[in-house]
Amino acid sequence: MSIVVEHVSKRFGSFVAVDDVSLEIPGGTLVALLGPSGSGKTTLLRIIAGLEIADAGRVCHEHEDITHYPARDRRVGFVFQHYALFRHMTIEENIGYGLRVRGVSKKVRAARVDELLRLSRLEGLGKRYPAQLSGGQRQRVALARALAAEPRVLLLDEPFGALDAKVRQELRQWLRRLHEDIQVTSVFVTHDQEEAFEVADHVVVMNAGRIEQIGKPAEVFEHPANAFVMDFLGNVNVFQGRVERGRAVLPGLEVSYPEYPHAESRDAAVYVRPHELEIERRKTSESSIAARVLHVSPTGSRAKIELQAIESDQLINVELSLERHAELQLACGDEVHVSPRRVRVFMPSYQI
Amino acid sequence: MSADHLRRARQDPAWVRWTLIAFVLAVVLVLIVIPVLLVFVGAFAEGVGVYWEKLVADPDTRHAIGLTLTVVPIALAANVVFGIAAAWAVTRFHFPGRTVLIALIDLPFSVSPVVAGLMFVLIFGLQGHLGPTLREDGYAVMPWLVSIACTLLFAVGHRLLLRGAERPWLRHSILLVGCAGVFAATLFLQLALELWPSGKSLSVIFATPGIVLATSFVTVPFVARELIPVMNAVGAEEELAAISLGANGWQMFWHVTVPNIKWGLLYGVISCNARAIGEFGAVYVVSGHIAGETDTMPLRIEKLFQEYDMTGSFAVASLLTLVAIVTLLAKAQLERHIERKP
Repeated sequence: MSIVVEHVSKRFGSFVAVDDVSLEIPGGTLVALLGPSGSGKTTLLRIIAGLEIADAGRVCHEHEDITHYPARDRRVGFVFQHYALFRHMTIEENIGYGLRVRGVSKKVRAARVDELLRLSRLEGLGKRYPAQLSGGQRQRVALARALAAEPRVLLLDEPFGALDAKVRQELRQWLRRLHEDIQVTSVFVTHDQEEAFEVADHVVVMNAGRIEQIGKPAEVFEHPANAFVMDFLGNVNVFQGRVERGRAVLPGLEVSYPEYPHAESRDAAVYVRPHELEIERRKTSESSIAARVLHVSPTGSRAKIELQAIESDQLINVELSLERHAELQLACGDEVHVSPRRVRVFMPSYQI
Repeated sequence: MSADHLRRARQDPAWVRWTLIAFVLAVVLVLIVIPVLLVFVGAFAEGVGVYWEKLVADPDTRHAIGLTLTVVPIALAANVVFGIAAAWAVTRFHFPGRTVLIALIDLPFSVSPVVAGLMFVLIFGLQGHLGPTLREDGYAVMPWLVSIACTLLFAVGHRLLLRGAERPWLRHSILLVGCAGVFAATLFLQLALELWPSGKSLSVIFATPGIVLATSFVTVPFVARELIPVMNAVGAEEELAAISLGANGWQMFWHVTVPNIKWGLLYGVISCNARAIGEFGAVYVVSGHIAGETDTMPLRIEKLFQEYDMTGSFAVASLLTLVAIVTLLAKAQLERHIERKP
């Protein structure tokens, strides 16, 4: 069941939460709405669920216009950020609630609840109350409850936001596998790009009520559409410079930029991810920045080096593989040369 | 030296503690415990037999107890309906004047009950704004009120129960046509059957309706004030969850809202009940305190006292005191419940 959102807008007072958003979510996929807080991702999700009424625009399931359907008739499973489990009902009653209000018989209900308890690895907890479960277990109950009535669409609002790192990791993988099993069209909201990339088939990057980019995780990461997406998707070094005649010129650095062949010089920002920078003891290429090592932290699988450009005093973050780090033997105060393997140039869009 | 200072910072010296405790205990004893005990002493001064007789044998006292038992449930029911509606409106919707509304709900707490009574006399009394109309043809407004109530019930029922998202225009037209139909039908039926007498006066002041109004007014804040913080704390998420799972408004209310607010609601009802039974000032003004007709229990106590029937007065008073003690115990029990199940 695909979801189509057409020109949807929503404002709260003078604040524009969702600004003329159009989006198509193919049936059976798992899509992440990714963006900083206040970007409108949760509002968009609630509009799809019918928990919020759009000021303008349409929402369709497949070809059925559901814009004016109340939430309870949309056959949507919604997982709330803080789970919103019914605190006075047992886990079984929680999971079976969607069936109960639809008048499903007790026997059928019990069978379906058992199946979902098994699916969400909650066997034996059916008689407990939500307050007696851990955060991860509550999250799985919320998901099981949303799935019980076989929704056409599953919507999750920051599903792992309130959990600690280890549980979050487990639940991500579980959600991914669950989705492969049941193949229901799913949309989840997150501000964590790592989470979005790990779980989703497609990522929708939102900012200030608008969609900045839609694509497969690798696509979005490798080819960010603009400076915001580049900046939002993880750590990045930004160098201010100028572009002219197919080249981008920074202090101490010049890279080719064939997208801008014009003679007129313009301001531009050059974005380089920490792992796309190389450190050399000696100046080996024309295009490198002299910098001093400020701090070295070999954490986890990569070494993080913090440097300061000698000429411009700009701070530069570099990530090296542990092998390369062992080879270089960097220490604080060393003077080295930093060169980018890959850069992305973005010109401020308002000038066009 | 410094250790001594630390100890003092945490705890006041012994003489301060004990003086304070003794002072508070003395005040409670003199102002609360002894008077309450004296009520029972006075009531049973002439023995259990006389006590019983004073309560049961006197027809005016019997009537007063009956009237209180009629007025209080009506006022309570009005309060519960209004309290839930007000708490819902204030905590679930955002609208201009929300804070003003919360303040207004509290108004009866700060207005003297006598003033509250006078307000109703000004509206419904013979010289009041509605007085002449009520005297000439007091029941003329009733068919309209009943029809409006029926129409509202139909609209709410329609909203809560009817499903069928496929044709929203159909639902809307059913609502419109249905409301008009229900209104016309109920109005016609009442007029045709002459359910309400015409040309008769409807007395509000110096009659039971006035006592119900005054009691309801004075107790309006109890349930609403108890529920607003509870509903704020519980939040709307569970209700939204129920809706998204396919519940209709009615199911959501009974399955999710009521279980979440029931202890707070019960607490409000008990407080409201105690206040409604004991209400004196407002009722005194609107009832005209006619013995055997419009005397409630508190008014009866005052009247017996004025007639130097001390045992009779204390006997009725002991009933009210008993209600107060039961209320206290019930509240203590409830508070334990509320603390255990947040």
